[in-house]
Amino acid sequence: MGMTLAEKILAAKCGKKEVSPGDLINAKVDLVMANDITAPIAIRQFEKLGVKDVFDKSRVVFVPSHFMPPRDIATAEQGKVMREFAHKMGIVWYELGQAGIEHILLPWKGHVVPGDLYCGADSHTPTCGALGAFSCGMGSTDIAVAMATGEVWMKVPATMRLIYHGKMQNWTRSKDLILHTIGEIGTDGATYMAMQFEGEALKDMSMDARFTMTNMAAEAGGKTGLMIPDEVTIEYVTPRAQHEWTVYKPDPDAVYEKTFEFDASTIEPTVAMPYSPGNTKTISEVAKENIEIDQVFIGSCTNARMEDLREAAEIMRGRMIAPNIRCIVIPATQDIFKEALKEGLIQVFTDSGCQVSAATCGPCLGGHYGVLAEGERCVSTSNRNFPGRMGHPKAEAYLVNPPVAAAAAIAGRIVHPDEVAR
Amino acid sequence: MKGKAHKFGDHVDTDQIIPAAYLVTTDPKELAIHCMETPDPDFMKRVKDGDVMIAGIDFGCGSSREHAPIAIMGAGVSCVIAKSFARIFFRNSINLGLPVLESPEAADAIEQGDEIDVDLATGTIRNLTTEQTFTAKPFEPFMMDIIEAGGLVEYTKKKLAAKAAS
Ligand code: SF4
Repeated sequence: MGMTLAEKILAAKCGKKEVSPGDLINAKVDLVMANDITAPIAIRQFEKLGVKDVFDKSRVVFVPSHFMPPRDIATAEQGKVMREFAHKMGIVWYELGQAGIEHILLPWKGHVVPGDLYCGADSHTPTCGALGAFSCGMGSTDIAVAMATGEVWMKVPATMRLIYHGKMQNWTRSKDLILHTIGEIGTDGATYMAMQFEGEALKDMSMDARFTMTNMAAEAGGKTGLMIPDEVTIEYVTPRAQHEWTVYKPDPDAVYEKTFEFDASTIEPTVAMPYSPGNTKTISEVAKENIEIDQVFIGSCTNARMEDLREAAEIMRGRMIAPNIRCIVIPATQDIFKEALKEGLIQVFTDSGCQVSAATCGPCLGGHYGVLAEGERCVSTSNRNFPGRMGHPKAEAYLVNPPVAAAAAIAGRIVHPDEVAR
Repeated sequence: MKGKAHKFGDHVDTDQIIPAAYLVTTDPKELAIHCMETPDPDFMKRVKDGDVMIAGIDFGCGSSREHAPIAIMGAGVSCVIAKSFARIFFRNSINLGLPVLESPEAADAIEQGDEIDVDLATGTIRNLTTEQTFTAKPFEPFMMDIIEAGGLVEYTKKKLAAKAAS
């Protein structure tokens, strides 16, 4: 029987010719990751195992991203635990000044490559699936065992196939395809499934744009999101790959649990209204509601890559953000910050009245650097807007693509980008 | 296990179970202080050791934070019964040895404050207040092995010891 992309990779990792959905396997991992929230628990569990060394120093990466630079003493202590363990074990460690958000940092640095089985202690680990890797979020205990043994237990997921026909129009971005999809299938629509994204609309997309879609597989409950490697993938991976890679492709007779087809040319810029990424409306509908806002956040592992920053800057160039609005821009990694600096984007943002910070997750998880007060409204390029996600449980977050976020900052309300950038 | 039911709705995500701002400790008791405070600010005042949490669909969706099941365990909750669970939360709970049972019927029928008795080995859930009985979806043998070992760490330790001995 034919296999899907996810099944192909998992079969290879457990040394079998074939696997089917529901099979319980023990698979070899190519890379393991934890961040400053999940590493402290993983370290504690690792130490309980009584193992001296990690399975492969070059394949375990720790990234300080969420509360870093430390927000307070407690987060500083967490950073210390993580840093000391990383140094003692000799694993891969990115210190502040070289680090950033793991899901953007790791593929950029070539730690994840096509065909990998990559397990990360963070729910947005599926991001790297855009490279054609099986990229899966897990908890700290799983990661501790993977660090020690180089293996994980896994149930082979069924695959949901999502095909995007046609070409995207005007202000529609990959973020809108995925928000629209979550609105259609629901936030638990792909629970336990691998989401395989394909279609004409994806062909012209840069890797930056592709990562945005697989990133939000998490918001549909997906175990992973995957894309089939093509020339764009190869061009991205070739100069950075840190280890050998293999391109797997789904068989033509692969069996899918469900298939959804979308016409990308009809998908409008989409807004996820409070309090769920699945609570979606089109920008035209939302613009009519005249929603005034307090804050705009352009950042997070969903939309803080170069392409996102360029597009937001294009709208802001020569314009000031609305009075009484605060706009926080956070490039995802130090490398992206440097590129944005070189390209003059940081100049554009600061001239427009935005506050630009060094790489961190920051307000995305209500961690620091822009936490919301009761009743405040924020337009955000991030991925979640649950109650309390970005601060007070009665604060509201509206999830959008980068041009829509930039336009909202200029207008002071949620508007169609055409209203600002003509 | 026996305890009172605490009932919650659908899609209770990990930010509601334990907000990200408090993920600055790994101590179960400290994490428990803020457990479920967004959906139910008085939860921690009412909950007693051994109590049972009841929830709707997709319980534990959102982040991969293991602090969520740790906070629930720290609150003294002995078991969570839901219509369905989000994937990572389910996996984390099994790995930590927190029993999580799927039973849409039980989740619908059980009311706030009902007295509940759970038999893990058979997956039987008894509502002592209404004298109703439900059967949860059984654990796969492999998962039962992890639960019985006391979690994935203990399970792996045994496996590693067996490997070293052979
Ligand atoms: S940016 Fe937000 S969603 Fe992404 S890893 Fe950081 S906290 Fe999580």
